[in-house]
Amino acid sequence: MDRPPHRVLIAIPAFQEEQTIGQIVSALRRRFPYDVLVVNDGSTDATSAAARSAGATVLDLPCNLGIGGAAQTAFLFARDRGYEALVRIDGDGQHEIEDIPRVLEPILAGKADAAIGSRFLGEAGYRGSIPRIFGIRFFRSLVNLFTGYRVTDPTSGFFAINRRLIEFYSRHYPSDYPEVDAYILMHRLGAGTAEVPVRMYARVEGKSSITTFGAIYYMVKVTLSFLINAIRRFG
Amino acid sequence: MSRVTLLSVCMSAALLVYILEMVRRRRLREEYSILWLCGSMVILVLSVKQDWLIRLSRIVGIAYPPSLLFLVGILFIMLILIHFSIAISKLHQMNKRMAQELALLKEEVKEGDPK
Repeated sequence: MDRPPHRVLIAIPAFQEEQTIGQIVSALRRRFPYDVLVVNDGSTDATSAAARSAGATVLDLPCNLGIGGAAQTAFLFARDRGYEALVRIDGDGQHEIEDIPRVLEPILAGKADAAIGSRFLGEAGYRGSIPRIFGIRFFRSLVNLFTGYRVTDPTSGFFAINRRLIEFYSRHYPSDYPEVDAYILMHRLGAGTAEVPVRMYARVEGKSSITTFGAIYYMVKVTLSFLINAIRRFG
Repeated sequence: MSRVTLLSVCMSAALLVYILEMVRRRRLREEYSILWLCGSMVILVLSVKQDWLIRLSRIVGIAYPPSLLFLVGILFIMLILIHFSIAISKLHQMNKRMAQELALLKEEVKEGDPK
């Protein structure tokens, strides 16, 4: 079998995504020579079977750990199997898979430790509700203030990381709402980041995990854990 | 001994005995019993030695000595709740690691030949 020049893992944390996961996995398998890993975060529907029959390696978590806990399982898998790079995308079809080479390029070229897809760069044209835009602005300033990274899309879950970050995240990664937190973790590690323009779509199936009360909790929790991570000791 | 003294002595003594018995039967781990034992002993001592309670409350400037007893009790409850939060966080972390390892191992077993 032909080995691609780089060992790349495409990782998809999935919770109750039976409607979309199969399609995404088969599209990824057709389009890219990379391994596809689905981390089934304790779904009670057919997510696991759909992903497996579409040709993904599937890790079934025995209970729901939250998106960060599931993503970390993928980092552990990539670390143990010696992958050089990992691309993380959503299992609900929000992320345009044709943009994977864009997030991967800075990693494979050795230009950054992490490349994060941004829906606000370029002519991607993303529109969100007012509270969501407000939240994104808030986190932008927070990230910029504490890390110096210039980011446009701090809550993006579409990114690629290299071996160094795979190993670091295997040890330190928040259980829930990890995206903003990840910036302070990267800053503490001294990682180089790059943002690249990607396309993101409104959800096709299912509901966003964030409700009104949830949004307030999200802001408070993320800000708190961000600030704590700024002063935490990493062993 | 006044009735209220008798009541508080009986209650704190009963608590002390109950905790010891739970530890003896291994229903309660020693590390979690320490705070309970300390707390019930402090309450017991302060109920028996009321002049200590009075003197202590004068030192910290509390006019009504029994309220020092409440203060000690509330502080103790807060301490034990924080202790529980820490214990739960530790369990949460361990549980997460265990679930992740289990998912990885299941996949290796399914593959037959790991790596």
